[in-house]
Amino acid sequence: MSKVQLSNVTKTYPNGAEAVRGVDMEVESGEFIVFVGPSGCGKSTLLRMVAGLESVTDGQIQIDDRLINDVSPADRDVAMVFQNYALYPHMTVHGNMSYGLKNRGMPKQEINAKVVEAAKMLKIEDFLDRQPNQLSGGQRQRVAMGRAIVREPKVFLFDEPLSNLDAKLRVQMRIEIKRLQRRMNVTSIYVTHDQTEAMTLADRLAVINEGKIEQMGAPIELYNNPATLFVASFIGSPQINLLPAMFDGQYLSSGDLKLEGFVDLPQSKELVLGIRPDELRLSDDGQFPMRVDIVEQHGSDNLIYGAILGAEQESDEETEFCFKTSQDMLPELESNLTLGFDVDRALVFHKDTGERLR
Amino acid sequence: MKRVQFEHSAIPYLFVAPQIVIIVIFFLWPAAQAIYQSFLLEDAWGLSSQFVWFRNYADTILSESWLQAAGFTLVFSTLVTFLSLSLALLLAVKANEVIRGASTYKTTLMWAYAIAPPVAGLMGNLMFNPLIGDLYKFFNAIGWDFNHKLDSFDAGFVVVLISVWKQVSVNFIFFLSGLQGIPKSVNEASMMDCRSPTRRFWTITFPLLAPTTFFLMVINITYAFFETFGIIDTTTRGAPGGATNTLVFKVFQDGFRGADLGGSSAQSVVLMLIVLALTVVQFRFIERKVHY
Repeated sequence: MSKVQLSNVTKTYPNGAEAVRGVDMEVESGEFIVFVGPSGCGKSTLLRMVAGLESVTDGQIQIDDRLINDVSPADRDVAMVFQNYALYPHMTVHGNMSYGLKNRGMPKQEINAKVVEAAKMLKIEDFLDRQPNQLSGGQRQRVAMGRAIVREPKVFLFDEPLSNLDAKLRVQMRIEIKRLQRRMNVTSIYVTHDQTEAMTLADRLAVINEGKIEQMGAPIELYNNPATLFVASFIGSPQINLLPAMFDGQYLSSGDLKLEGFVDLPQSKELVLGIRPDELRLSDDGQFPMRVDIVEQHGSDNLIYGAILGAEQESDEETEFCFKTSQDMLPELESNLTLGFDVDRALVFHKDTGERLR
Repeated sequence: MKRVQFEHSAIPYLFVAPQIVIIVIFFLWPAAQAIYQSFLLEDAWGLSSQFVWFRNYADTILSESWLQAAGFTLVFSTLVTFLSLSLALLLAVKANEVIRGASTYKTTLMWAYAIAPPVAGLMGNLMFNPLIGDLYKFFNAIGWDFNHKLDSFDAGFVVVLISVWKQVSVNFIFFLSGLQGIPKSVNEASMMDCRSPTRRFWTITFPLLAPTTFFLMVINITYAFFETFGIIDTTTRGAPGGATNTLVFKVFQDGFRGADLGGSSAQSVVLMLIVLALTVVQFRFIERKVHY
């Protein structure tokens, strides 16, 4: 049970590239935090700084009020699960799991007991004598987790641990990781670019963009109440629909479309209207005429993609919307639908700053 | 069930023919000649020869000078292999840690690779020349009564030094690429598991380098046995008193300088058997401990 504190943590590489720019964060004891963001946003760098694999240019990292900026990775009492497992190829599964404990001078019997216990928990007790190259991807991932678990660290660090697994196994392991973390109640930081993983695993989610935390909070809070355009478009699958628009005091207009019901927006500024695909509904007096381009059948529901007719166009492309509906809704391609939305649930952002206005 | 039948054609044989011709002409035929010659005794002028069964073997292999050469070869190849491997490993590990100017270090360390053994020998010869040799003067200046023309230890030191220097660069290249072949994340995982860098090296890095080390060991032993001929021929020529004769150099000396073709051939055959035995030992016993 440990908390992690980051204050003004900064990473600048010798070539001047700023990977992390002043991150402040407090991770509570036993909390599961997920860092999510696009490739190259600095989320892995931040995690590796907590692990001690990257130096800290500026700021402080504390675990349980102990400053660990210059403490070696082995002495930080953290354990990490790597994306490509990083198992020691010349050691058996047992050897892999016991290596860290042996180096800490733990008696052999105790090590054995811990390894067997962890192996049972992860259902790999039959493979303890195998070499990593005799295991499947999912089994290797379990061994990597086992290696972290036996250490009983203060903090678990996960660096995209599931991205090398196939889709089915990924879902299975995701649930297992969540269950293990609940059971062991160890503070965890998990890095991913997969927003489903992020939404489902996190107690709190930190959306990172260009080395900064854009927003941090419970996943559903970030989904419902994104603070910026970036968070709104990053969280949620399928992506939020975005429409460039201007406000003239009475209407929010986009091309030929005039939308009613918006008040208190800055005038003659470029704005972006955001509507989640599941907020749209079919209605004859709806605001958006849509020409159906593609219908994706996902089983329980259908995703209908189409161009919003008359909407302002960014460059030459028509503004495409995604409309999430039930499985029995199957419009003809090229047919026209009229979609409506609830003004109170629509989000409006400042186009340049990305700041949310309502 | 139908079996797949390939049409027989002469083309595959045509493709392997050049290789087979080369093996036959340059390996099998000379080897057969050596075996045949080893049973013959020639007169001093090379005009007649007679079949003497194993007398050549008995005469040369049991002689003191052959045993001396065998002893020196054993010590020499052990030293050269061990020293050049360990030095190269040390350099590779250090060069791998360097971040700034890494490529300069690496290129500089690889340079000696381009030098042929006889040239390395000649350079050594100059450095150890009693009149102008800097190393010769240096050793004498620091109080070591160094004279490789007279002292067999000093002579051995010279050939070992040059041979090791020449071989380190080759080993360095292989060790470096071996080190770079170890996944970065494995190193990082071990950093989180083990605080001591020395211990990490011996428990993670070194075992993962085992395939490279094994391969290099085979290469280095072969090098110490055969390729150092050029170095010895340009420096000590077996002097003083045969103290730096390797088995290969002695084959050459006896056959081409001493005109004892029979005896020299007998030594070659014995050398072939030794190398064969060595190879079997290497692959049978050592490779088992290597994790690929």
